[in-house]
Amino acid sequence: MDHITKLENQTIFIIREAYRQFKNVAMLWSIGKDSTTALWLIRKAFYGKIPFPIMHLDTGYKFKEIYEFRGKYAKEWNLNLIVAKNKEAMNKGMSPEKGRFKCCTELKTNNLKKAIAKYGFRALYLAIRRDEHGIRAKERIFSPRDEDFEWDYKNQPPELWDQYKTKAKDEEHLRIHPLLGWTELNVWQYIKRENIPIVSLYFAKNGKRYRSIGCETCCNPVDSDADTIDKIVEELKISKVSERSGRAQDKESAYMMQKLRALGYM
Amino acid sequence: MEKESLKFVIVGHVDHGKSTLIGRLLFDTDSLPPDKIEEVEKASKGVGRKLEFAFLMDHLQEEREQGVTIDTTQTFFKSPKREYVIIDAPGHIEFVKNMITGASQAEAGLLIVDVNQGVAEQTKRHAYILAMLGLYQVVVILNKMDLVNFSEKRFRRVKQEVEKFLRTIDITPYFYIPISATKGDNVAGKSKNIPWHKGPTVLESLDSLKNRLPAENKPLIFPVQDVYRINGKRITVGRIEAGSIRQGQEIKILPSGQMTRVKSIEKFCEENIDRGDSGESIGITTQEPVFLDRGDVLCEPGKEPFLTDTFGANLFWMLKEDFGKKERITLRCTTQEISCRVTEIKKRINSSSLQVIEKDAGILRNLEVGEVMIKTKRPIAVKTFNDLAELGRFVLVKGNNICAGGIITTIISGRRFP
Repeated sequence: MDHITKLENQTIFIIREAYRQFKNVAMLWSIGKDSTTALWLIRKAFYGKIPFPIMHLDTGYKFKEIYEFRGKYAKEWNLNLIVAKNKEAMNKGMSPEKGRFKCCTELKTNNLKKAIAKYGFRALYLAIRRDEHGIRAKERIFSPRDEDFEWDYKNQPPELWDQYKTKAKDEEHLRIHPLLGWTELNVWQYIKRENIPIVSLYFAKNGKRYRSIGCETCCNPVDSDADTIDKIVEELKISKVSERSGRAQDKESAYMMQKLRALGYM
Repeated sequence: MEKESLKFVIVGHVDHGKSTLIGRLLFDTDSLPPDKIEEVEKASKGVGRKLEFAFLMDHLQEEREQGVTIDTTQTFFKSPKREYVIIDAPGHIEFVKNMITGASQAEAGLLIVDVNQGVAEQTKRHAYILAMLGLYQVVVILNKMDLVNFSEKRFRRVKQEVEKFLRTIDITPYFYIPISATKGDNVAGKSKNIPWHKGPTVLESLDSLKNRLPAENKPLIFPVQDVYRINGKRITVGRIEAGSIRQGQEIKILPSGQMTRVKSIEKFCEENIDRGDSGESIGITTQEPVFLDRGDVLCEPGKEPFLTDTFGANLFWMLKEDFGKKERITLRCTTQEISCRVTEIKKRINSSSLQVIEKDAGILRNLEVGEVMIKTKRPIAVKTFNDLAELGRFVLVKGNNICAGGIITTIISGRRFP
């Protein structure tokens, strides 16, 4: 079995393990390449009939291409889509100019907190990967968050032989990370193999493309001529620039990502 | 198609240089993005150091400030030959359960020993854990050769010490490699300081390791994960842990012993699949309308695993609270989950020194190994670990957490179906 097929089978296994334990679960779809790949695999795991909602944390600052893609595929894939917005913070005019840490916390983390409280989700699927960031590399596949949403990274539960922490106290929720062991290159190889539709922002226009997408305000494109999936795969095999180099929240200070994540950020 | 990548774990005592070796490997194989090096340089400066290789893996603020790895990390790199996943495991006694989490996912282990200090407490414990996890592909790295003036005599002495211990747990390392992780000797390139070493560098030794073979030539083991109702079809899903399953094949369901045939093999948007192989997550439908549920194990008639409620096991306890004999606890083996009791703790063993602390004991303490007898409430399908790892290992769950790992060594009142 080749490496990508192995990853695919393992991911489907994880997705099914989580749903067996937590019926009240949702998937966070940022509409980027990773979560779209995860969504593809979730469709496979449940034979096209996903038994839970797919949630987009909408900050209002996303690229217009993201909104178009969301509309098109929510319909085509017959998704039970929840668009979650922290309207209170948005109405007060929260924006990156008020501080990135504050903005991410309000429009993403607190937005998520409100949504979880509203829908009572016990577990969330998230498409983070170990190779994205040193902090994410420390994650478990089933990762608990306490009632304050805190990630107790100094005391994570053991995980061995595909046995996960599938039970949790009522006030906790679990983050399920089915793509944790994939690399950026693996994701693109799989997108290519499966012909998964992907937001056009990833493909180069006028010598620039996005390697990682989020809010338009806090993402910068990288220099690239890769305008097809094949070219992206080739580029990644030789590129030395890190994937999230265009993402502002990783750069603000050395431990911003750790602090954001400890508070419940993805 | 892409070649398979190999997963290896680096283990050893705290401060013997695990994270540093990984940093050095990444650095010398040119596997680091420039902005990552910049970030680490900046963070190193923050604690008054020039370039701390360990920071490449130790990403938590606490890890960097205290210079200790808290949790396991995985990172990726490639040699000209293939791709690797490196699993860094903490060496501090406080974080052994994180080390086990990391090591349980590896196909090979690098055991690192500070040549200046020699074998230490976690060197032995980690080596024992590798053996317990069935990781017999081991390379021993003798680090910090620069601190002993690259002395061959010192290398031989420590090598002997390590060899002696590993022999007691049946590990025969592929290589012993003298290195300096901080200086780079024998990591990615041959060392000029150690001309007497005729063996491989760390990088060369990695290229000689082999992928774990899937259990495809063994009899079928298909533990049921769940049953879905899709478009009027009842699809039984799971991952094939051993062997293969074919359309039309006769299968037996354990524990009930019922028989049926595979009507179809189901994958999303694929039709007429005639077989599934080990490692594949698939679904099946059956010819007869049999009742299937999570925890059932589908197998080949005549080649069933044992169905038993009593077996001997080695148990590694990793919870701060003691475990008392006869305490009811949940056992999980593949998707089987059942209440059980430890009826006997024949030996309580120190997992570092391997000394027997007590015979016929009443409790197990944190980080102790027990040679135990387990009795489950109802019979479950098992094999010994040596026969089939996937069905010969289990975890114990107390409250909401996994608190022990175990491997099945002997099966007592097992019976096979006629």
